[in-house]
Amino acid sequence: MAWQCEWQFYLFMREARLSSLLIKNGRVIDPKTRFDRIADILIEGNKIQKIERNIKIENAKIIDANGMIISPGFIDLHCHLRDPGRPDEETIESGSKAAVAGGFTTICCMPNTEPPIDNEGIVNYIIKEAERVNLCRIFPIATITKKREGKEIAEFGELVNAGVKGFSDDGNTVSDARILRYAMEYSKIFEMPIFEHSIDECLSKGGVMNEGEVSTRLGLAGSPAIAEEVIVARDLMLSRYTGAKLHLCHISTKGSVDLIRQAKKEEIDVTCEICPHYFFFNDTVLEAYNTNYKVNPPLRSEIDRIAIIEGLRDGTIDCISTDHAPHTQAEKELEFASAPFGMTGLETALAMVIMQLINIEKFSWLEILDKFTIKPAQILKEKLGVIKEGAIADLVIINPNIKWRLNADIIKSKSKNTPFLNKELTGRAEYVIVNGELKYQAGS
Amino acid sequence: MNPKKDLLGIEGLSSKDILYYLDTAEKFIEVMERPIPIIPALRGKTILTLFFEPSTRTQISFSIAAKRLSADVVNFSATSSSVKKGETILDTAKNIEAMKVDGVVVRHFAPGAPKILADNLNAFVINAGDGTHEHPTQALLDMMTMRQYFGNFKNLNVLIVGDILHSRVARSNIFGLRTLGANVAICAPPTLIPLDIEKLNVEVFYNLDQIIGDFDVVMALRIQLERQESGLFPSVREYRNLYGLTQDRIKKMKPDSIIMHPGPTNRGVEIDPEVADSPKSVILKQVKNGVAVRMAILFIHAGGKIE
Repeated sequence: MAWQCEWQFYLFMREARLSSLLIKNGRVIDPKTRFDRIADILIEGNKIQKIERNIKIENAKIIDANGMIISPGFIDLHCHLRDPGRPDEETIESGSKAAVAGGFTTICCMPNTEPPIDNEGIVNYIIKEAERVNLCRIFPIATITKKREGKEIAEFGELVNAGVKGFSDDGNTVSDARILRYAMEYSKIFEMPIFEHSIDECLSKGGVMNEGEVSTRLGLAGSPAIAEEVIVARDLMLSRYTGAKLHLCHISTKGSVDLIRQAKKEEIDVTCEICPHYFFFNDTVLEAYNTNYKVNPPLRSEIDRIAIIEGLRDGTIDCISTDHAPHTQAEKELEFASAPFGMTGLETALAMVIMQLINIEKFSWLEILDKFTIKPAQILKEKLGVIKEGAIADLVIINPNIKWRLNADIIKSKSKNTPFLNKELTGRAEYVIVNGELKYQAGS
Repeated sequence: MNPKKDLLGIEGLSSKDILYYLDTAEKFIEVMERPIPIIPALRGKTILTLFFEPSTRTQISFSIAAKRLSADVVNFSATSSSVKKGETILDTAKNIEAMKVDGVVVRHFAPGAPKILADNLNAFVINAGDGTHEHPTQALLDMMTMRQYFGNFKNLNVLIVGDILHSRVARSNIFGLRTLGANVAICAPPTLIPLDIEKLNVEVFYNLDQIIGDFDVVMALRIQLERQESGLFPSVREYRNLYGLTQDRIKKMKPDSIIMHPGPTNRGVEIDPEVADSPKSVILKQVKNGVAVRMAILFIHAGGKIE
């Protein structure tokens, strides 16, 4: 009997050894603990076992991360996977591939699907499909209101039990302030945030780009900054009144940044996100009527772009999300006014951050990775987004200097509606590890 | 002048470019007055007029211009509903390319649509009005008309009255007149003035009676009745009272000043019938110049040279 026990223990250990992964000589950056130094990371099973210099171990798969940055895996609070409903644009499978290729180990998918994510059945479908695909973690966000109609609040309790991490009618504001008030109050049972898409649909009606000098010259109908700001102001007041957690999605204007900065001083329970295109572009890029720059909220003026960067610097802005919004080529080939809003973002977010915020604006890696990892993890209340011994091994290994071209054939998303198509980018995810397993390697 | 392949807008043209169009157009006025007003300049060339938005006047003006240059003209009108059935503007472009036309004159309800054609066609593309963006041929004929009355654009004071927000005519005129050095002002209810228009170096006024006496040219724009329905002004009657070119109001204008209108007019709304037919009105002169300007544009973009 004794030898049998020993033999089984040996087999178990061999198994464990073979499943261990050793990442050598990378610059390990963990925003939560403000750790930033060269070290090896040993992963065993799904956990980070050890972080030290010169770890020596036999039988481990080794990744050489010399010259690279090792960060907690990115967490995207806001993307559109179009599943169920529009498999021609994206699916959970293609969206997951795009996510890991962009360095994301966790993504939250918005509920404006067809049908919308407003009941347990659809949540179960998404979670099962994500498990089948088995690339990254996917947390569904459910609708605030049934059928996303803005009329009656959805069954939050059932949805939370099924696994959603927040509520949003994204694509539309909850126009009726009374309904939003009820939703905010009700959300307090579950201590989950309301993700608001803040744009007044009366003020923005017909608008296809930012209202300002450029829309005046181009003759395109403008959506004014105040369409966003009046709703941001309303939502902040509702959050203060109800005490509910508010997460403002994809804010884009200086006025919104100012309002949120002030709200945080007043200790309103608010967080917010911006998307890379709002610090990378201003509305002058629309001069060529390229529909890949048509997004909602629209690309704003240079003053707004600078204010977003300031908001990132002083911490007013908590997270960087992608608002990955895939659309088919046929949809985007329409005239500017008729084409749908949205650009893809999962596969370009990291490069946009490196090119604009790190290389030009001289942000530190700690500042940036904070907004991709621990901040969104805290909003989701998940024990993710950290690198420490014992933590879940969700990691991205970044090559910050590599120049590469976003050719159509390497895009993992089913859609190619990005202004970076065929353009050169700097920096990319080289290896992505989710739950201890290597899920992506660049060039694969 | 070595013109670009296409004429998509006045924005970006130099004063030299604009004056070359106007000078060429003046030469064609002479052709138009001949007993047989046709020259063989574009014989063998095919011009397609492609109108995705109803317009009789501009399409006729282009057709006549092309025929006077001996080009073959094919006119095509599509309603926006048939376009929405799935043929994208890019598909349209590919079809045109396959049919080997030399030039395309396009009117489209969507701003920027002519640019999509221009970027995908070897044929030259002339914008005959794209949504609320530009209407370069109209602005050129307007500037031609102003020059005929005032000689040049230095110290010329031009006032545009009406729905600036939705007006491609206003935009193209503002770009062109500012480039040529004229002073441009606009007068309209604030709801019909686009944001930041003053950044295009125009003066903005709301009260027409106070300023109408200061201008050499007063251009009234057509007011679309659906704008009232969307709440931009309270009623047609009030619009006429505040901004209409009425007989009483034009008495305040300078002695040698002129009244222009891109047409078609809403008689009794933005302009009274008596005013449209008065000696100050140069509306029919604009229409005549329209043909000459369009001959010049087709001629230049088809590669013609004047001796």
